[in-house]
Amino acid sequence: MGVRTWIEGWPVYRQLTGTDPLGRGAAAQSERSKELTARTGTADRIAKSVCPYCAVGCGQRIFVKDEKIVQIEGDPDSPVSRGRLCPKGSASLSLVTSDRRQRRVLYRKPYGTEWESLDLETAMDMIADRVVAARDATWEEEDEKGRPLNRTLGISSLGGATLDNEENYLIKKLFTALGAIQIENQARI
Amino acid sequence: MGNSLYGPLDPAPDAGYENAPPRMGFFTDTSVCIGCKACEVACKEWNAVPDDGFDLLGQSYDNTGGLSANTWRHVAFIEQPSEPVFLGMPGSDLPGRAEDAERTDFRWLMMSNVCKHCTHAGCLDVCPTGALFRTEFGTVVVQEDICNGCGYCVAACPYGVIDRREGDGRAWKCTMCYDRIGDGLTPACAQACPTQSIQYGELDVLRLAATERVEKLRAEGVASARLYGHDEEDGVGGDGAFFLLLDEPEVYGLPPDPVVTTKDLPDMWKRAGLAALTMAGAVVVAFLGRRP
Amino acid sequence: MAEAHPVGFQWVVEAKNRGARIFHIDPRFSRTSALAHTHVPMRAGADIAFLGGVINYILTNEKDFREYVVAYTNASMIVSEDFRDTEELDGLFSGYDTETNTYVQASWAYEGMEQHDEPHADTAEPMRHESHGPPVPRDSPRDPTLQHPRCVYQILKRHYARYTPEVVERLCGVPQEKFLEVCAAWTENSGRERTTALVYSVGWTQHSVGVQYIRTGAIIQLLLGNMGRPGGGVLALRGHASIQGSTDIPTLFNLLPGYLPMPHHEKHETFEQWIDAIRHPGQKGYWSKAESYAVSLLKAYFGTAATEDNDWGFDWLPRLTGDHGTYRQALDMIDGKIRGYFLLGQNPAVGSANGRAQRLGMANLEWLVVRDLYMIESATFWKGGPEGPTGEIVPERCRTEVFFMPAASHAEKEGTFTQTQRMLQWREKAVDPPGDARSELWFFYHLGKRVRERLAGSTLPRDQAIRNLTWDYDLIGARGDEPDAADVLKEINGYDLTTGRLLSTFNEMKPDGSTSGGCWIYTGVFKDGVNQAARRKPGREQNWVAPEWGWAWPANRRTLYNRASADPDGNPWSERKRYVWWDNAAGEWTGHDVPDFEKTKPPSYRPPEDATGVAAIAGDDAFIMQGDGKGWLYAPSGLIDGPMPTHYEPAESMVRNPLYGQQSNPTRKVYDRDDNLTNPSPPEKHSEVFPYVFSTSRLTEHHTAGGMSRQLAYLSELQPEMFVEVSPELAAERGLTHLGWAHIVTARAAIEAKVLVTSRLTPLRIEGRTIHQLWLPYHWGSEGLVTGDSANDLIGITLDPNVLIQESKVGTCDIQPGRRPIGKALLAYVEGYRRRAGLFPGHHTPIVTTEDADG
Repeated sequence: MGVRTWIEGWPVYRQLTGTDPLGRGAAAQSERSKELTARTGTADRIAKSVCPYCAVGCGQRIFVKDEKIVQIEGDPDSPVSRGRLCPKGSASLSLVTSDRRQRRVLYRKPYGTEWESLDLETAMDMIADRVVAARDATWEEEDEKGRPLNRTLGISSLGGATLDNEENYLIKKLFTALGAIQIENQARI
Repeated sequence: MGNSLYGPLDPAPDAGYENAPPRMGFFTDTSVCIGCKACEVACKEWNAVPDDGFDLLGQSYDNTGGLSANTWRHVAFIEQPSEPVFLGMPGSDLPGRAEDAERTDFRWLMMSNVCKHCTHAGCLDVCPTGALFRTEFGTVVVQEDICNGCGYCVAACPYGVIDRREGDGRAWKCTMCYDRIGDGLTPACAQACPTQSIQYGELDVLRLAATERVEKLRAEGVASARLYGHDEEDGVGGDGAFFLLLDEPEVYGLPPDPVVTTKDLPDMWKRAGLAALTMAGAVVVAFLGRRP
Repeated sequence: MAEAHPVGFQWVVEAKNRGARIFHIDPRFSRTSALAHTHVPMRAGADIAFLGGVINYILTNEKDFREYVVAYTNASMIVSEDFRDTEELDGLFSGYDTETNTYVQASWAYEGMEQHDEPHADTAEPMRHESHGPPVPRDSPRDPTLQHPRCVYQILKRHYARYTPEVVERLCGVPQEKFLEVCAAWTENSGRERTTALVYSVGWTQHSVGVQYIRTGAIIQLLLGNMGRPGGGVLALRGHASIQGSTDIPTLFNLLPGYLPMPHHEKHETFEQWIDAIRHPGQKGYWSKAESYAVSLLKAYFGTAATEDNDWGFDWLPRLTGDHGTYRQALDMIDGKIRGYFLLGQNPAVGSANGRAQRLGMANLEWLVVRDLYMIESATFWKGGPEGPTGEIVPERCRTEVFFMPAASHAEKEGTFTQTQRMLQWREKAVDPPGDARSELWFFYHLGKRVRERLAGSTLPRDQAIRNLTWDYDLIGARGDEPDAADVLKEINGYDLTTGRLLSTFNEMKPDGSTSGGCWIYTGVFKDGVNQAARRKPGREQNWVAPEWGWAWPANRRTLYNRASADPDGNPWSERKRYVWWDNAAGEWTGHDVPDFEKTKPPSYRPPEDATGVAAIAGDDAFIMQGDGKGWLYAPSGLIDGPMPTHYEPAESMVRNPLYGQQSNPTRKVYDRDDNLTNPSPPEKHSEVFPYVFSTSRLTEHHTAGGMSRQLAYLSELQPEMFVEVSPELAAERGLTHLGWAHIVTARAAIEAKVLVTSRLTPLRIEGRTIHQLWLPYHWGSEGLVTGDSANDLIGITLDPNVLIQESKVGTCDIQPGRRPIGKALLAYVEGYRRRAGLFPGHHTPIVTTEDADG
């Protein structure tokens, strides 16, 4: 930046020589202010999404820059919501980017007093072992009259109303094939 | 009549913008506000405004208390019987409740308050650093890279809007999402508002819409509907953010007759102007002398 | 609606601006009331009395939309002469069995069809008809003049004759003139030219007569001709992003995808029994094709292993024996019957009724897997719950092994949500989930893979289902291990297995194993090989029905039963309300929406005598999923607790039922045990120990059990603390001060909250005395930025018998100023209330309280 440009950029100079003699407008505008743009405009991509809170199904646009979500706001194209969001929907950016989110597997052993860390793959193996063992230990082949039961009452599951249809489909499919029938979600509550 | 500091005025051209775009503003129609506070949250998410603390204030459903450095949109809740009885003084009782009044249909007023972006903005007029400036859209914005936290603006606001942030010291308030509107976008609060209680647009168009709205409501029997901050002849030359209210402004915590605190400044300018310019010139020389 | 569904409420505001009148009927003045023209405060739990009064008003004044009622409802059907009403039997319908507390429903049937009924002796199995159409014969004696004394219309008229404005006032606390204002507005705004919408939030389902609440609304809307028409309907505002989807593709014990029933060990021993129980041979309607839907599902599950010879793998499916609902499970956990528990984005420690029972149950598992975005109370009950200070759950003595598995957020995975109007919307993935966070799709795919590896060599019969399960999905993503959600959605949509083509409609499904489809009602979501749920044509660029945004089941229909928007001859009832109609020149149904009718079946079509299934649907049978093609004012079968809604007091009430000796729903599901006591109600003694009515619901600023809101600063600051709302009158009576502490007590728990004194709550005059109601939000718990006691701890487990949903929107309680005791003193304090209320160990709440009943 040359001296001349520097001087021309100085508010008092602009005030004295420009159209803003009181120095409250154009002359007072800082370089930062001049260059301000909406961060949505510089996003690398926009994912079309749906709000994760209630069942109205408001459209969301998720703006991504450098593989980070920089803004979530209403999708004006949606005939359901017309770009609007409630306070919860408006807080979606915090929901997905908050430092308070849990990002690692935690494990509490029986009678343990604190959380411990656990490797994801190890946790998956341990859970699979427990599913198989609980099922074996509680299997019911048939009822007292010899009619098939094919099931376990040793395993329960609760949840699904905040999940995707595809996820619910796999959950029900897997548990049904394992004979686990005690599968429930918020729709019963 | 008006001049740069008082009376009707188009503030952007007055502040040196040639071919300024139309003045932009907010029209907040409280008759359709559902008090959801999406505006508060959307504002904070976009502008990364800190939270205002977790305190149950019990002012009906208002727990952020008012506009502040950390709350740039604020929803006020007023519980009152359908025949409003304004008690005037805040007290421990709920606002608007009358002792021994017969219980009637209830009215719950909600209003999303915001910086008024005054035509004559006292905060801007007193800002000694040029941190506060008038944008080409006629709005008033604090420039965080310039503000030194002197706080003159805080006392100068007739609405008590602008505020210094604890720990940071600088003054903060609604920018009408200067970064967004410059890109042709709607400010975050108005974009989120589920019921279009907050409308954003060209101020002239909004004023027309507001006049029609108030007439429609009155025709439907809502006699208490009135506009606030729309009048260019008022003490701040009209607000860039104005309101449709269903009761007296005081009920919502708004001053009934705000006047720009720098109304009498021109007289002062005449005396102080020469000295100021002389000093400014000296400063230029001093700066130049230091540059290699 | 403004409180919990603010963005949906924009349409109410828009309607209001266009002249619609808005009534809000709610115990408490909420943000919805603030925008309504009229708020009608009423006593929680008296909804059937109120709506029954509206039915009485309609029928007494003949305000029904008669042409619609005669053509499209079962008003003209003649009911069995064996039927006896609650008006004759002191609050019971005919057929009540005091041994089992259930009904034998034969006498409720249409005349001459009594034998079609099956015994309903087992309350442990109340769920069959949630899953598919109940059995009725397709044709029954009718009297189109509606004069026959045993026709549905006349039975309805007699049943509700006592629900007068005066009774409504006494029972609900609603002044007669205000009630009549609602009746007048509702009826005047319904008919040929106008329609009225009834919108409820799903707190309505959370009553011991929840299903009957909604039935009452449906009866009114049918009588007024508001069903299947634009601007009408009974609209449920559901509370979770895909709770509709998780019912359609159920993570529910009693259902398989597409509302096919899970097989029952006794009633569905064979494949044929199972299929016939769904399609009811001889009946009208689309359920007649149940075999195609069921075989296609089994083909999707088991692939080539499902053959005609093995009944498509039917014998691999597990069997129900009764009630396996979430509350039964929680109590079974306490009793040590359950070893492992998965929690998938759900927080029962705060969100389910009787929180203490939930937590004690979780503390008695072998292992628990919690999958969530944030740390929740259901993962920390072993160290951070209310039972810590009381010594009931301490880490050193709690055996439960807990895995906390971080979950991917909605922005970090792709897939579909089904919103409250049955519309599927595909979400694009924005970024990868952070750290160990994974989607449920990833978790269950890889869990399944691991389990299958462990059982790969097994020859045990029990392991054949999992071994034969189709479990190959395209893997995508940066790690190459994320199942492709589109691949799963295609499986749900279904294929023609002979060509590999994706099906476009469930009408293409076959019972011969040549098609597959994981959820028949979702078939068409991949119509023409295109992901229809991903369609995003802007709303402003299409008609107001917006059929090209997302995809609604079935067949992209936005309004169900929309054949009823046209008159019996197929013409719109009126120009203003034109929606779907018969185009005579083109010989087909057309309109703004996808017609909910066979496209080329003319209004004049009358089925041949021996027709069944779809062919038996006449050209004016608008309700095509019903076994008789009619909208039901009277349910001749299918409901556990009666063919017509009748007023019962909530399970906990301080009011003796003024209409009948029978106090509460005689078929409600009760778990009478010492850890789930019910506050006494008349005619039992001591109801005065819990002298107030309480209700709970949501705040705009928070979400359910708080896991997605109390962790966020911008929401927590807006509602930072647990509170209770009381009227100024109740505050004066109990010495409660604004912003002071109070505690609320039931037989289950005592919790504390800050007091908001507000005129938004109002005392009511009920049966000549003042009834105070108080209100609590239920969002708080011990984790998060803002914490507090949980309202659901107050609530006991008593369920609606039809759907096994708890009564959590009304109960009785006491409230006292000051904070609750802590530690063991808290247990003693609650125990003191129980003693005063006569709730000693082994106490049983009386179920039948008619004059004839003992005691």
